[in-house]
Amino acid sequence: MNLRDYCFFLLVMAGVTYLLRAVPFVLLKGKIKSRFWRSFLAYVPYTVLAAMTVPAIFYSTNSVLSGACALVAAVIASLLGRGLVGVAVVACITVLGVDGIMLLL
Amino acid sequence: MKFSKGVQDGLPIGLGYFAVSFSFGIAGSKLLSWPLVTFISMTNLTSAGQFAGLQIMADAAGTFIEMAIATFFINLRYSLMAISLSQKVAPSFGTGKRLLLATGITDEIYALAVSQAEPVTARYFAGLMVLPYIGWSSGTLCGAVCGEILPAVVTNALGVALYGMFVAIVVPQMKAHRPTLIAVLIAIACSCAFRYVPALSGVTVGFAIIICALIASLLGAAFFPVKDDDDSTDDQNVAQPSGAQPAGECGQSKESA
Repeated sequence: MNLRDYCFFLLVMAGVTYLLRAVPFVLLKGKIKSRFWRSFLAYVPYTVLAAMTVPAIFYSTNSVLSGACALVAAVIASLLGRGLVGVAVVACITVLGVDGIMLLL
Repeated sequence: MKFSKGVQDGLPIGLGYFAVSFSFGIAGSKLLSWPLVTFISMTNLTSAGQFAGLQIMADAAGTFIEMAIATFFINLRYSLMAISLSQKVAPSFGTGKRLLLATGITDEIYALAVSQAEPVTARYFAGLMVLPYIGWSSGTLCGAVCGEILPAVVTNALGVALYGMFVAIVVPQMKAHRPTLIAVLIAIACSCAFRYVPALSGVTVGFAIIICALIASLLGAAFFPVKDDDDSTDDQNVAQPSGAQPAGECGQSKESA
């Protein structure tokens, strides 16, 4: 990617993000009235993260196998009550282990 | 409320951000040089949004309009937090200060600020965002530099950390709140369809994420509207479906920016 495209992408990204924070912070004092839209906004973070993770995680490592193992390991670790960093470490070690073994084979 | 108290309270967030942004730096170093990756973190201060942004930049077919729409939807929750926070701040927290400090509205800084008993002053809020900002930027820098030096087998393993953290945010909420579980499964099914159904594979990554999140969230809101009977705690669980707060909070409290 060339520097010019990067600058435009960055400008769009940072600009939109800033306006989303600043405009309501400065202007709005009241609550969003509609229960439907508040519910919608409540679900957005989780559905976004889920859509970003699956299936992209399968293709983020050397092999689909290590990516899939990382996802399974992370879900199990999370279900067992591990925190953010704990789950991340489990995912990393899983990839390192699986890819390491496959390199040796 | 003092600046120094804010700095103190922000320390754990700063440490967490360093770890999260390290893996963003690694992911970014595959596409950009380290100063450019670091600059994204310094100007955005958001994990999921930056990560999606990076995916769009990496996509040869990615467009500016796609970037704008993806960033808009992924970061829309900050608007909600900003609205909520605007009702918690001290009267002295004027428009100028709000414009200056709005960048500090992240999941964790927001959560910590609104959980204070006293009205939030600009000094306290500024103190609160100092270490998270430094942690986020320096973590990205370290990750991006290491990404250029370390062998692929190691960076691949470290790069998966970000996904691990996404899992750690989503899974506790899925476990505690069944409608979230359903919405998340819909989003995943939809996302897989974009990847594996040939007719849909022409859709770029950014739009696919937007469409999946829209469909799943709209269905969630239509069939399982969140409870809003307790207005006193509404500010704290505004970004997550209520009724699942305790479990959601453990994941959220150390969540990425």
